[in-house]
Amino acid sequence: MVETVGVLGTYQSNFKTREVDKTFAEQAQGAALGVLDASNMNPDDVDAIVFSLAPTAFMGVADADRWCIDHIFGAGKPMMRVHTGGATGGSAVHAANSLVRSGIFRSVMIVGAERISETPDAQKVLNQIFDPFYEKEMPLQTITTVAMMANAYMQRHGVKQEDLAHLVVRQRRSAMNNPHAHLKGEITIDDVMASPMISYPLKLFDCCPRSSGSAAMIIGNMDMVRKHQSHPAFINGTGGVSDSNWIGDRIVPTAHADFIDWKLMRVAGAECFRRAGIDDPINQIQVAEVYDAFSIQGLTQLEQLGFCSSGTAFRLERENAWDVNGAVAVCPSGGTLCSNPIAVSGLVRAIEAANQVMGTAGGHQVANVHNAVATSVGGIAQFLNCTVFGNDYVRTN
Amino acid sequence: MNEKTRSIDGDVLNEEITLTYRYSLGEVAGKFMAGLRDGKILATRCSKSGMVYLPPRSFCERSFEKCDSWVEAALEGVVEASTIVVRGFEGSRPPPVAIAFVRLDGVDSAIANYVEEIDLSDVEVAMQTIAVGARVRVKFIEKPTGSVTDFYFVPAS
Repeated sequence: MVETVGVLGTYQSNFKTREVDKTFAEQAQGAALGVLDASNMNPDDVDAIVFSLAPTAFMGVADADRWCIDHIFGAGKPMMRVHTGGATGGSAVHAANSLVRSGIFRSVMIVGAERISETPDAQKVLNQIFDPFYEKEMPLQTITTVAMMANAYMQRHGVKQEDLAHLVVRQRRSAMNNPHAHLKGEITIDDVMASPMISYPLKLFDCCPRSSGSAAMIIGNMDMVRKHQSHPAFINGTGGVSDSNWIGDRIVPTAHADFIDWKLMRVAGAECFRRAGIDDPINQIQVAEVYDAFSIQGLTQLEQLGFCSSGTAFRLERENAWDVNGAVAVCPSGGTLCSNPIAVSGLVRAIEAANQVMGTAGGHQVANVHNAVATSVGGIAQFLNCTVFGNDYVRTN
Repeated sequence: MNEKTRSIDGDVLNEEITLTYRYSLGEVAGKFMAGLRDGKILATRCSKSGMVYLPPRSFCERSFEKCDSWVEAALEGVVEASTIVVRGFEGSRPPPVAIAFVRLDGVDSAIANYVEEIDLSDVEVAMQTIAVGARVRVKFIEKPTGSVTDFYFVPAS
């Protein structure tokens, strides 16, 4: 016996470089209050809390979930922290989903906050995730390793920097309709091409900003759905997978899952889609909120999720296939590329996908959404997860 | 924590924290680092799966058996991924720097290091010399210290 799981409400703050009016714990509290309000619930209606918290070295207070217990009404309730790097928010949704689906709790709040700009040493923090003996002496961190993957992918499939720039232009434009987005505006391919080179081929505009903000979602069983949400989004599919820490094992002919083409997302996606009864994603899914901290990152996942064949997503980008009115609306919110509060970025992808299904996305709402997919990615793509939200409950397992 | 400074600056509390770590190398990384001092790049091999690992592992992630022998890697190999870091990273060397994951001949996995002896004044041209598939060879610094940057890659031709 498994329980049906629906989204009761969501909340996200406006994302920006610095949050000067609140402490970290107060940011988390803002999200908790916001989601309770959106779900028409009191703290007593929430049975348990999953706290979405990535590396705390950015904001300086280690294990800050403890700092937030009272602020998010956690005292007296079961509470756990989930941490899988950039995939944290997606993993937090999966953990909460398991807690409700199993019948252990009626409702679970997923909540978190982030403030990356609390330190000017963010690059140094990101370098700390590398092996101290073999890797850390090199300038290896998320941008440079994704740049290496990008060079290999672009060489393999004949993709140009201008193709990546086309995506940046589209998503910054989409973000203009999203009041929560950090970076937004009308820019041109030339603007992207003229932005400073960081690590070849990635330029400044190919990279996400360092964002501060908070987010929350409450999910519940059918009893809670009946009480609190007339237009729920059901969590129909989840899939998650991890791979070796060794990048050098994942870009060679003997790789388990080739990192250059993001083959690991095929594994997570297949599991998720099987559960959600999705066998023809481009015709069954209307919105894809793929996790794209960099311009190269989202469309490669789209290929592995089966929206198009390997190596073709950037050609389709140039043909506007991923526009709001295209074959599938890809990151109509602007995506992680326009706002990256790391600890909750995966949660924001899930919130955006759920909102699109519930019809509450606001200015960037896509018409007639029945199914939406959200992904998130952590580490150097060591942690990948995928979630499908639908307006009809699907039970395939 | 050997140093900690705090000061209030307007509406901000400044804090500087210095942390010191002593990472134990362990037997496998210790042997690899010792090999560098002798001008050798040492990989481990699992006889069950046949996989040769660099950086060396104590255990094979494919067979779930112990890696049971050491293999000396060839000092030439192929680029599997590369980039030129142009700005934004305060590493041990000022940018621009070229880095690559290289699969040395006879080894199944790739290891990262700097690529030197290439002209980085034109990034586009430089990238072509270290593109995926390019052959590179290993050079050692004059006085190896038992650290991974004792060696670096240079274009083979």
